[in-house]
Amino acid sequence: MEYFFELFLGGLTRGSIYALIALGYTMVYGIIELINFAHGEIYMIGAFTALIVASLLTMAGMDGMAVLALSMVVAIIYAGAYGFTIEKIAYKPLRQAPRLSPLISAIGMSIFLQNYVLLAQTSDFLPFPSLIPEFSFMEPYEHVFSSSELVIVVVTAVSMLVLTYLIKFTKMGKAMRASAQDRTMAMLAGINVNRIISTTFIIGSTLAAVGGVLIASHIGQINFYIGFIAGIKAFTAAVLGGIGSIPGAVLGSLVLGWTESFATGYVSSDYEDVFAFTLLVLILIFRPAGILGKTKTQKV
Amino acid sequence: MKKLMTISVAALALSLAGSALAADTIKLGVAGPHSGDLASYGIPTVRAAELAVADINAAGGVLGKQVELLVEDDVCKPEIATNTASKLVSDGAVVVLGHICSGATKAALGIYNDAKVIVMSPSATNPALTQSGDYPNFYRTIASDDLQAKLGAEFAVNTLGAKKVAVIHDKGDYGKGYAEFAKAFLEKMDNAEVVLFEGVTPGAVDYSAIVQKIKHSGADAVIYGGYHPEASKIVTQMRKKKMDTYFVSDDGVKDDTFIKVAGEYAEGVYASGPMDVSSLELYQKALKEHKDKFGEEPGAFFKEGYAATVALMNAIEKAGSTDYAAVEAKLRSEYVDTPVGSISFDEKGDAIGVGFSMYKVTDGKYVEQK
Repeated sequence: MEYFFELFLGGLTRGSIYALIALGYTMVYGIIELINFAHGEIYMIGAFTALIVASLLTMAGMDGMAVLALSMVVAIIYAGAYGFTIEKIAYKPLRQAPRLSPLISAIGMSIFLQNYVLLAQTSDFLPFPSLIPEFSFMEPYEHVFSSSELVIVVVTAVSMLVLTYLIKFTKMGKAMRASAQDRTMAMLAGINVNRIISTTFIIGSTLAAVGGVLIASHIGQINFYIGFIAGIKAFTAAVLGGIGSIPGAVLGSLVLGWTESFATGYVSSDYEDVFAFTLLVLILIFRPAGILGKTKTQKV
Repeated sequence: MKKLMTISVAALALSLAGSALAADTIKLGVAGPHSGDLASYGIPTVRAAELAVADINAAGGVLGKQVELLVEDDVCKPEIATNTASKLVSDGAVVVLGHICSGATKAALGIYNDAKVIVMSPSATNPALTQSGDYPNFYRTIASDDLQAKLGAEFAVNTLGAKKVAVIHDKGDYGKGYAEFAKAFLEKMDNAEVVLFEGVTPGAVDYSAIVQKIKHSGADAVIYGGYHPEASKIVTQMRKKKMDTYFVSDDGVKDDTFIKVAGEYAEGVYASGPMDVSSLELYQKALKEHKDKFGEEPGAFFKEGYAATVALMNAIEKAGSTDYAAVEAKLRSEYVDTPVGSISFDEKGDAIGVGFSMYKVTDGKYVEQK
């Protein structure tokens, strides 16, 4: 039973890691129906920015929470700027183009950013400091569930709640939903659709940066390629939960995290991915829109 | 008179041919990952070849010709390594130093074999490369994995006293090969058992599930087959979960990047690597050349790369030609002094005179265990 509990917590952490990234994917998809493949790279850039800032601050003699807070803020600003710029450069000119063009543009952007960081920084793995301080909260089970894992789970839950509130109950959220339903009509109703889309990208990138800093600090190492693998898994989770849905992204991520954790624990880690993707296939067969996705009726 | 004429014409022809050939060069291909996340395994070999060849050329070259390097990147990927091999063959490489990763080497060897090009790797340790007999053109200046796995298994059980061992690998040619040999050696021993044998997905976001499983299995030592990025993640998570299980690994982990990334968690980790040859004169000379030219310590497989370059050039010189069969014969019969010791090659292509030692991370450095 204790083993089950440990695997459950392991899956919860892993699911929350995916969820932090998946939230950004699903938000952008919800508004402009674009799979932003560069999202994983924003996550990676957030982590790199935080590493640089944290190293500088530590050298300057600061410590503890101040380093975490400051590097998080800088990472968020930097990643937000990247998200905004990427949308302007790679997606906005293709707004009226067929659906496949922005998708290819997104993949191109992802490859560009990876290689840019590879050249500008290094190809080696870099150690990432444990910015999240160790604190006691669950004696004597701390060895099962560490403080950094708790922080990740809590931040994911809070992000989900804030985003849901933002979209359901604010004026901007209303404008977002309107733009998602019918862009032309939203424009006619006086909504600045371009600004709404930019805002969506900035929020998505912010989340990716938060995820980047927390996850890198938990795992302890980064390189230019981390965004790609994490991005693919988070994307899978978003599709599993129903892409476009905020609670769906979190649920899908948790389901994916638990599947992987239990498959490793009770069967074999050799087949971790096999179980994860078999589950994806099964869910998509029975619920093509994902667990919480809404099936849209299309007029022909 | 007529006879004299023939001789002088022949002599003239020979001297002409000689001067025509002198303008020619001996082309040494160098293949391995020179960019990407495994570049730290490939670059030292390129530098080794540059330094060794500079010395050889300064001393008059090989067969009176200068040696020219053809450096090609394979980023450690089998699908790219075949292109790399084709390019080197078509550019006229006589012998090839490389490739670095076992998977990439295996993929490329067929192309070299068809073209009758001798390949010598400083680092590809997959046992099948020499033992299967499928690659007659392959040689290496590093001992194969089964030797390393034997050392790892015996060290964990006899030296560390482990009774239950978890064997983990990264599912790659190199890591899985090492793990399977370690498992086979452990099963032959009476005083230890393998409680877990599993592969992990390289590059996964976290390894907490497998770490829990290792803990649950009650293992008192982990033998890991793979490279340093995954090893540092697994060790870090194990230590963060307050597990003090022994961690024994291979020379993919015996890389300073591992210590840099895992930091304090790297302390006490065991990894096997080629024997310490730091007292050898040729090694010190190669090291000094590297420091003078590049201003830093050489990385992984530098001395093996240097040794392979010297061994290949020596065999060509002794053979008196670049003919495949002649060079092959000299590789197997002649001992040559290199930075890894005096070496020759057996009929399968493994170097005679090289071996492995176990190292332990102590105060941020790998220290050889005697």
